[in-house]
Amino acid sequence: MSEHSTYTPGNAVEKWLDDRLPVVRFAKEHLMDFPTPKNLNYWWTFGAILVMCLGVQIVTGVILAMHYTPNIGLAFDSVEHIRRDVNGGRIIQATHAVGASMFFVALYIHMFRGLFYGSYKAPREIIWILGVLIFILTVATAFMGYILPWGQMSFWGATVISNIFSAIPLIGENIKQLVLGGFAVGNPTLNRFFSLHYLLPFVIAAIVALHIWALHVPGNNNPIGVEVKESRDTVPFHPYYTMKDLFAMVLFMIPFAWFVFFAPDILGHPDNYIMADSQVTPAHIVPEWYLLPFYTILRAIDFNVLFIDSKLGGVIAMGGALLMLLIVPWLDTSKVRSGTFRPMFKWFYALFAINFVGLTYLGAQPAEGIYTVLAKVCTAYYFLYFLVILPVLSRIEVTKPLPTSISESVLGKAHA
Amino acid sequence: MTGAINMFKNKIIIAAVAAMVGLAAVPANAAEGGARPERQAWSFAGIFGTYDQNQLQRGFQVFREVCASCHSARLLAFRNLSEPGGPDFSEAQVKALAAEYDIADPTAEGGARPGVAADRWPSPFANDQEARDANGGSLPPDFSVLAKARGVVDPFPTWVFNYFTGYQEGGADYIRALLLGYHDEVPGTAPEGFELPEGKYYNDYFPGHAIGMAPPLADGSVTYTPGEDGVAVPETVEQYATDVSAFMMWLAEPHLVSRKQTGFAVLLFLVLFAGLMYATKRKLWAGIEH
Repeated sequence: MSEHSTYTPGNAVEKWLDDRLPVVRFAKEHLMDFPTPKNLNYWWTFGAILVMCLGVQIVTGVILAMHYTPNIGLAFDSVEHIRRDVNGGRIIQATHAVGASMFFVALYIHMFRGLFYGSYKAPREIIWILGVLIFILTVATAFMGYILPWGQMSFWGATVISNIFSAIPLIGENIKQLVLGGFAVGNPTLNRFFSLHYLLPFVIAAIVALHIWALHVPGNNNPIGVEVKESRDTVPFHPYYTMKDLFAMVLFMIPFAWFVFFAPDILGHPDNYIMADSQVTPAHIVPEWYLLPFYTILRAIDFNVLFIDSKLGGVIAMGGALLMLLIVPWLDTSKVRSGTFRPMFKWFYALFAINFVGLTYLGAQPAEGIYTVLAKVCTAYYFLYFLVILPVLSRIEVTKPLPTSISESVLGKAHA
Repeated sequence: MTGAINMFKNKIIIAAVAAMVGLAAVPANAAEGGARPERQAWSFAGIFGTYDQNQLQRGFQVFREVCASCHSARLLAFRNLSEPGGPDFSEAQVKALAAEYDIADPTAEGGARPGVAADRWPSPFANDQEARDANGGSLPPDFSVLAKARGVVDPFPTWVFNYFTGYQEGGADYIRALLLGYHDEVPGTAPEGFELPEGKYYNDYFPGHAIGMAPPLADGSVTYTPGEDGVAVPETVEQYATDVSAFMMWLAEPHLVSRKQTGFAVLLFLVLFAGLMYATKRKLWAGIEH
């Protein structure tokens, strides 16, 4: 990678440092000079936005942890104490809570961008796999974070989701007890979830570092999916993409701030302002919106298949829906990366996106009547898309001719 | 070819819209078993909304004279009543008010002492069990964050618009509606065919309709002091219900005013900053075909 380096130590101190720990050289190579395709569109800014989201969650989270008490008798009031009595606490707490939602907005956009432009294809499979791991860890972290305010949805969400483990044959009940620290959600659960909720973001940050490292080996994919061929296809990361990413981050902060300052509770559930009560079950137990697509898949399997009962079936489906993402690079074998040049893929992809919104919507509806039928249809399409449509399209689709290079493509666009 | 694709595209959009509308037509709160409260024009609604200090003071009076005999507000401290953005009583008023109450304090002689501004609002019952025993088995919920623990489930597309209007007043709307949701001739109030359990009251807005709380308000039950301008506020159940709902919203969200004020500065900054960033980005990229 050092071939991109234009770094020459400016003085004796820099030279001394460069011989021992070349951090300045590293930063110059990877944060400034790194050659980046010049045709990246705004969908590519969400990587930087996600780094910002993780940073915001860690900073606000560390401050919240200074005032929070992980005890079932005190947790609810300690969160209210933050909102009421800590200086700026209402805003810090709202930023953390809204920040989780904004994190997932960016995360889903980032993943859907990768799915459309074929960013998971060789030689970028590892980047994609690391990304899926980050996604799964983020889901786990967000879920555990939602338990901490110890409201009714916190408690009952934890109760419903931890029951998932008990579906595993033979050892399920033991795993569930290990996760909860007892037979039901209680003080040990709150304590270990708090501990893990504090730990996992740093694990995520470490995997993000690997994700970016893996990205810096082949370099960025781009909207036409044709690899960089010559230096005029690229621009240095700084100032071109630092500027563009910073602009996109500021733009992203606008809806973020809107929710934090003008509607901080609109993304949450009113029931979470009621302290957890194991004796009172809420009318509808609904997870946070960003978990709804997978919650729908969990509930969609309400029938037994041979020796697999519906409960285990649901868990397999939900786990499968997440883990299947890991093998997407080998399910879609089309040589053409970008969906722009795949006339059939485009439509199935659009339907997949609509279907995903449908899964989200259905997760918030009661599991009855037409909703259960629709949930099955949407779940079926989710799996069909990856397991059947992508492999088949790879074989039968006639793709459009690709531009020979990024430069040719952008010149064509400019003169069209 | 393009025409065919466009037609296909349009069909998909129409189908998607039709599906969404179809899904939304099923009222989401049908199962909740309560009528939908009407939206009120709250002073604290919307991005410019602030609390009406006089209304909060009246609402506090209703709370203190009526609600507080059964409902606690354990997170309310006397000092909160003089903090900016709230009812804004003077510090002297709050000090005098707190001193009227006996606060349990094991270190004090006799186990109790007069309250000070830093004390929390004393609860009417020592614990939940006592509260239930005194209220026919029902637990009067704590008021501290109650206005945010209640809400209104809006049908599609209203809930989508809520994200853009920042509608956060569902709790106040619900509480006001609940207080006005009793039927006139107590207790023979339930509509025909509805079996009202003994000791319960029929309420249009309460989920399941059978509520343990007797109608708490009556016309003239709280005497308001006319303001300096001499204009008297009507002493009606509707006025009491509105005022106490506003007070409960403040109680649940005491920093609403400063939060929105900060929000204006932040958003204004972000919009201007984004504009400058965009101009810089454009200038920087101007020489690059991309």
